[in-house]
Amino acid sequence: MSKTKIVGNSSVRVDGLAKVTGAAQYVDDLDFGPGLLHAVVVESTRAHAKLKKVDVSAAAKAPGVVRVVTGKDFPYMFGLYMQDRYIFAQDRVRFVGEQIAAVVAETPEAALRAAKLVKVDYEELPAVLSLADALKKDAVLIHPHLDRYNKVPWFFPRAGTNIAHWRKTRKGDVEKGFQQADFILEDVYTVPRYAHCPIETHAVTGLFDLSGRLTLWASSQSPFAQRNVMATALKPFGLTHKDIRIVTPYVGGGFGGKAGVSMEIIAAVLAIAMKGRPVKLNWTREQEFMNTSQRQGVIARVKMGVKKTGQIVALEHTLHWDAGASAEYGANVVNAVGLSATGPYRVPNVKIDSVCVYTNMPPCGAYRGFGYSEFHFGLESHITRVAQAIGMDPVKFRRLNAIQEGDVLAYGAHMNPGDLRGAIDRVAKEIRWGKKEKAKPGKAVGKSLACFWKAPAMPPNASSAAFLKFNEDGSLNLTVSGMEIGQGFLTVMAQCAAEVLTVPVEKIRVETPDTDRNPYEWQTVGSHVTWSCGNAVRAAAEEVKTKLLATVARAKGLKAEDLYLADECVKSRQDKKFALPFRSFVIDGIMRPNGNFIGGPIQGTGMFMPEFTSALGDPETSQGGHPNVHYTVGCAGAIVEVDKETGKLTVLKTALAVDAGKAINPELVDGQIVGGIVQGLATALYEDIRYGANGRLLNPNFTDYKIPTALDCPGEIVPIILETAQPDGPFGARGVGEHTMVACAPMIADAIADAVGVRLKTMPLTAEKVALALRGIDYETVKGDSLGFCFRGRPCDYPFAVGGAK
Amino acid sequence: MIQEIAIRLNGEVRRAAVAPNETLLDVLRGKFGVKTPKEGCGRGDCGACTVLLDGKAVRSCLILAIEVDGQSVVTLEGVGRDKPTALQKAFVKNNVFQCGFCAPGMILSSAALLAENPQPTEHEVREALAGNLCRCTGYEPIVQTVLAVAKKSAKKKPAARRARS
Repeated sequence: MSKTKIVGNSSVRVDGLAKVTGAAQYVDDLDFGPGLLHAVVVESTRAHAKLKKVDVSAAAKAPGVVRVVTGKDFPYMFGLYMQDRYIFAQDRVRFVGEQIAAVVAETPEAALRAAKLVKVDYEELPAVLSLADALKKDAVLIHPHLDRYNKVPWFFPRAGTNIAHWRKTRKGDVEKGFQQADFILEDVYTVPRYAHCPIETHAVTGLFDLSGRLTLWASSQSPFAQRNVMATALKPFGLTHKDIRIVTPYVGGGFGGKAGVSMEIIAAVLAIAMKGRPVKLNWTREQEFMNTSQRQGVIARVKMGVKKTGQIVALEHTLHWDAGASAEYGANVVNAVGLSATGPYRVPNVKIDSVCVYTNMPPCGAYRGFGYSEFHFGLESHITRVAQAIGMDPVKFRRLNAIQEGDVLAYGAHMNPGDLRGAIDRVAKEIRWGKKEKAKPGKAVGKSLACFWKAPAMPPNASSAAFLKFNEDGSLNLTVSGMEIGQGFLTVMAQCAAEVLTVPVEKIRVETPDTDRNPYEWQTVGSHVTWSCGNAVRAAAEEVKTKLLATVARAKGLKAEDLYLADECVKSRQDKKFALPFRSFVIDGIMRPNGNFIGGPIQGTGMFMPEFTSALGDPETSQGGHPNVHYTVGCAGAIVEVDKETGKLTVLKTALAVDAGKAINPELVDGQIVGGIVQGLATALYEDIRYGANGRLLNPNFTDYKIPTALDCPGEIVPIILETAQPDGPFGARGVGEHTMVACAPMIADAIADAVGVRLKTMPLTAEKVALALRGIDYETVKGDSLGFCFRGRPCDYPFAVGGAK
Repeated sequence: MIQEIAIRLNGEVRRAAVAPNETLLDVLRGKFGVKTPKEGCGRGDCGACTVLLDGKAVRSCLILAIEVDGQSVVTLEGVGRDKPTALQKAFVKNNVFQCGFCAPGMILSSAALLAENPQPTEHEVREALAGNLCRCTGYEPIVQTVLAVAKKSAKKKPAARRARS
């Protein structure tokens, strides 16, 4: 790889000044004038019920109300990977919080008052609030017409059951592997649901103008995917792709929650209902918790066989996921895990069953880490236990089994480059692995190290595109449709273009998406945009470069191959004095002696599609396809203090090493590491979602659902970047955004075990659980009935082979 | 019962007719067109709506607009309008914010802290910012930058005094 000048520098963010001055606009900051209407949604109070009657007469007559819309007006389904979600509930409601109707009024207050006047008659159905109930033989079906739903070809729903998808991966012979093992450990781990908690809730304003075109201003990670989902769902209104426009200004945090489509489609149909007037729909914080998407809860059984010498010889990993009332996005999380639940290790014999189960809980979907955080909790906890059981140091064990370039993955393809062993060594050194730390009186100190890997989960034809155009002064506008959700995407794209064109980053304006004007991008998810869109931007810049050289060659009678770009000029290898600044010709061209001008506005386009991937693996084994483009690997370590009386955990230090391939902007990678660790620690230590026995979310606010404040952070966080180039990445880069939270939960569980000998197998890892365990009390026996997901009873009693899931 | 209020908003006297149940946040955003105070929770948990009320950082979603009649309100629009402040510049230079939604509140809480306590300890900074939630950054770069700006201003001040005398 040739040396880079701009790529690899911590350039200042292109959106930095806009964000500290308040110039950065988010959707709710846009003004739509006095014609703006406001919508409030009427929500189901039942987890599962037939809708007998929705009486809107009182609401429709309330002051300020202009329209009340119900499912009768818009009886349509939608979904990203599977169309199993309703714009409004039709004959039945499937979770507490589901939208039944919407009131559109002149003011938000009028809409809110009127929404309370909508009368809903329910006929209760048995609510499916436990995985075992959902999977039993005569289970109540949440989607009786599952077989009729449109879906992607790599999902395998089972008609007549509550199974939305089942990903099976088989490699080698797992039974034979267990026979070869000297030691086998089997155990069950549970991870509840989690909420994304972006500080900006979902917000959309829609306008269906008098010419019949629909524009949505949305807080979204996926403007083009949204347009596509809406064009499909709203076809009955004659809307085609060109008639739908999605504009996405800055997004106040995504974390996967603003991927795909959730409430945006409600605003779209309300706009259609109110042709000619803009309609605003903002989610409250409570709705943000209850009716967007959450991270799926999972119960996982890990069975691992190892040799005395430490080699893993067999892994059986069974995961049952609580997808909630729709699985249009969540089933792809289940799919991704079903392909990758070996973790970053060489495992010759593998059996993975990842089962997506409908329940009467709020729908789940993408969440930073896309299932990997969830399965790493059990797997990494298990690995430490296995290593200790055979008397091997857990770090040595991980090093020994660490996956390397060329290794055969569970689904048969080969591993890409990545320095997992290097990461392990760096983190082990940083946390002084092997050295016992002194503890204060009443406290114990433990250490841990956990590995991670993650691949983007995307359709095999997910693609990116970029437009680049010069301005008169040699500055550029770059348009892309990857979304700036905080990660620094716009800056990194500017750096990629700047590197090729030798232009300072400050001279490139990168704009947030508008599906009318910006080129295509599948979605900003999966930590793939730096890699995918970076390739598209690089290609666009290369096209611009070719045009710059060709224009100068033609106008000046030079050979293009003698010319090169440097310092915003076209220069010549033959003539050291020759330097034609871009600004002198990129719009106005170059004058020849006879007064003719050669050239014209210079612009370039680029695109990228990973043409080597395929989702056509065998449904029974997953062999034969190439579903993932690459994995990013790394590991995290911690030093944690445990109060032996109260169980309170204090993270004294953490270090995390990730192989970024190439850090295009190291400071932004550091930002992903530090922010990801704190979000990961939050899921381990603080966030504790609770549902009542009736399926109602009990803590949909930041008072009762704790996310960390500035006072709740580790004493020290050390980010470590490794760079083993990704051959097909822009300048060698691969994604790092989600990965940084993946190893955090098992890291804490291991550190607790190391400090006080208590092994927690149910997240979150709260002080309460530690304190109980220190007193010899099993949390599972005292946990009560407000739970974090669709699982009741003791994990060790969970019947993995229940009914349809045999 | 609609009542007219007058506040000094970012240095200018602004008037509005408000209902007794309208929050300061809603009036700032809806009636004065000042959009940097954001609504993140509407119940005082997140701090995205932070403004300075007579110099003190408060949550504008918990204050009724009629309560602040005659008082001075500063939002991010009123900070560094002509030239970014040292704090804003340092936040940009260090690539501190990610999504930026919490930035207006964070900047105002930091500014209020430094005005009252120019040389805070790290714990004091964390304490002062504990009412402003951020889901992206892990707080570390925010806290370190506030500390660095405080340290730099301490070095500058004696020199400035000497120059004047």
